[in-house]
Amino acid sequence: MAVCGVLLRCGRLSRPLSGRTAALGALLSASGRREASALSYVPETAPSDFGETTKMNLFQSINSAMDVALASDPTAVIFGEDVAFGGVFRCTVGLADKYGKDRVFNTPLCEQGIAGFGIGMAVMGATAIAEIQFADYIFPAFDQIVNEAAKYRYRSGNLFDCGRLTMRAPCGAVGHGALYHSQSPEAFFAHVPGIKVVIPRGPIQAKGLLLACIKDDNPCIFLEPKILYRAAVEHVPVGDYTLPLTSAEVVVEGKDVTMVAWGTQVQVLREVCNMAQEKLGVSCELIDLRTIMPWDSETVIKSVNKTGRLLVAHEAPLTGGFAAEIASTVQSECFLHLEAPVERVCGYDTPFPHIFEPFYMPDKWRCFEAIKKIINY
Amino acid sequence: MVGASRVIWAVGKSLTTRAIKPSSLSVIQAPYRYANKLQSTYTASFDDDKPQFPGTGTKVRFTEKLDFLLPDASPAIPVYRVIDRQGEILDPAQKPELPEDVVLDIYRKMVLLNTLDTIMLNVQRQGRITFYMTSYGEEGTHMGSADVIFGQYREAGVFLWRGFTLDDMMNQCFSTHQDVHKGRMVPINYGSRDINFVSMSSPLATQIPQAAGAAYAMRMSGRSLCVTCYFGDGASSEGDTHAGFNFAATLDCPLLFFCRNNGYAISTPTSEQYRGDGVASRAAGYGISAIRVDGNDVFAVYNVTKAAREVCIKESKPVLIEAMTYRIGDHSTSDDSTTYRTSDEVHQFKRDSPITRLNSYLVKNGLWDTDKETAYREEAKNKVLEAFERAKDRKKPPISALLTDVYDSMPAHLERQAAHMRRHVNRYSEHYPVQDFLDEDSTGR
Repeated sequence: MAVCGVLLRCGRLSRPLSGRTAALGALLSASGRREASALSYVPETAPSDFGETTKMNLFQSINSAMDVALASDPTAVIFGEDVAFGGVFRCTVGLADKYGKDRVFNTPLCEQGIAGFGIGMAVMGATAIAEIQFADYIFPAFDQIVNEAAKYRYRSGNLFDCGRLTMRAPCGAVGHGALYHSQSPEAFFAHVPGIKVVIPRGPIQAKGLLLACIKDDNPCIFLEPKILYRAAVEHVPVGDYTLPLTSAEVVVEGKDVTMVAWGTQVQVLREVCNMAQEKLGVSCELIDLRTIMPWDSETVIKSVNKTGRLLVAHEAPLTGGFAAEIASTVQSECFLHLEAPVERVCGYDTPFPHIFEPFYMPDKWRCFEAIKKIINY
Repeated sequence: MVGASRVIWAVGKSLTTRAIKPSSLSVIQAPYRYANKLQSTYTASFDDDKPQFPGTGTKVRFTEKLDFLLPDASPAIPVYRVIDRQGEILDPAQKPELPEDVVLDIYRKMVLLNTLDTIMLNVQRQGRITFYMTSYGEEGTHMGSADVIFGQYREAGVFLWRGFTLDDMMNQCFSTHQDVHKGRMVPINYGSRDINFVSMSSPLATQIPQAAGAAYAMRMSGRSLCVTCYFGDGASSEGDTHAGFNFAATLDCPLLFFCRNNGYAISTPTSEQYRGDGVASRAAGYGISAIRVDGNDVFAVYNVTKAAREVCIKESKPVLIEAMTYRIGDHSTSDDSTTYRTSDEVHQFKRDSPITRLNSYLVKNGLWDTDKETAYREEAKNKVLEAFERAKDRKKPPISALLTDVYDSMPAHLERQAAHMRRHVNRYSEHYPVQDFLDEDSTGR
């Protein structure tokens, strides 16, 4: 428990963290909780060959991706709870108006039904884009995803498949979501051969990766970091473009420590890169994994062979989280290049708490502390 | 247009290449457009003294009588039949217009299934296949199916009826290299693109919401076809069944639900599976039409399926058929039903089965006799045994098929695992049954 350890050493357990409060001000509001408005999102620039761009936040870029999909593929439909009026996160605003109620429609409140229905549509060759309102509620659909969607092609000898299915769900911490509006379930799905799991770090990434998932001929689960829906704003290409799946991206080049993350955590580690450079003179290489499964181990291995040090961070609980898979692969493939054990900075092995969220999160201070540990090993 | 050619493989390979025009996507229902200005979903008019609640619609009235609606207030849904147990047609107007040779073909297919089951049961007991499930007593429920089909596991007769061959079945049961599923599934989990029957899987009822989605896609494509979804009385308890019913109803899916109510889910009798009047009684709760039919009466099954299909397609809505029957055999080769039911019970029910019922009718009408029966049973037995002989020693698929088709193309990590597996098996080949498997061909299947 790195946070508690630090507090004890400073002997400040019973007093407000005065020195720290100022430093944390950028990330925390006065109430002490992380909130979307305080998240420092660093916008990126789209490659120029993707054409004309316009300012979009994350939910708008996702909306744009689905608009493109429905315009170019007459079999494409979007369905789920509350998608017709625009969705609880506004991801489907305007689409029912534009494409009609038979292509953008509400389903009854039943995730196992949404998943099963989507699989059935995909089996018939239609492009099914299913929305699960929160990743926390995807579990009733777990059987359909694990036992059916993932296994459809394999078990039928490629006679049938549901590759046209994409399931989208908002995931991740939002500052006040607690147990049932903050979860990151990517590790559960990474463990199922046959599906793809993708998590974008921002609007440009989200649109390209979502379109790639929709076009991909395998069932995909696309998890959208909800805290970025409004907070992340970029100039996103308006046209049709895809970004490659199973392709990790080196977001910041460096030479001393490799850091791997996905979704919102990439933004957190960007700040850690700066802190490490300024305070420790350490050059970090930051990799966004993008596709959790099948994951691009080659990029990570290449980086760790260069730096000799690895930190993986995710909001999901430590034990059995996807960092464990990365750490295991890296120790096997990079053993002789490693200068220090692999560090994992993750949520604690608890349900996602409400009032304790600031202490639970793998924030930049815990990550920074882990960098110090790796460097000084 | 991108993707248009993919829609509706099921109804004929030639149709898969036809481009879908956007106008054909919403055929039955006139497209409903949300006005740019928001409109009220409900209007409340409190001028008259009627209930004004969104959840109940406009036909409901108030009452001042405190009366619970008792579940057995309505009589049990009657069982539709055409032939009685002695083989007599009760109402000539209900006799289906089927040519004699078709009726005889139905009979022969049921007997063939019965024969196949008997032989394969023994094949399993001899250890030559790992598992089997018979359809004893339920052959009649298989002899009417429509268009695209999703099944559970006890629908082998549907396959036979639609042209799946004994060789196809043997290849699947023996997991040979000619199995279309490439040896990946336990026996009796058949599937076929040619006959539009989606490959079956073990988890129960998962096919039900899938069938709803498939039916929705079918409607969107504009084709006048429906989807049939089979499931049993046990599966009807699963959450997926509730999901499938509700989705099919709310989304106007042309879906024919076909429930085989055979009285048992392994050892669990229907008295422990549900408290209401079977499965058909639940349909009204979802806004779905339902009919209960004598599953041992193929004419009745044919009639209701035909009628239900017409409704499904014309009105673009689901219909539920509950076919009542009895599971004469064990649940599967892993089950010994004498541990939970008496042989007396089985003997009693055996006296009326789809085969005995149709047999009575055919004999009464001079279309069949004991000589023909003996001759056909012999022919059926030989056909099955010949197919068995062809399959029993046939090689299994190449070992590399363990790792293919997980995704549409093999990802890097599986390439590595495949190479590892190959190296290991080569090194330790004497400890693995490699001789039973087809050699990898030069194209590396």
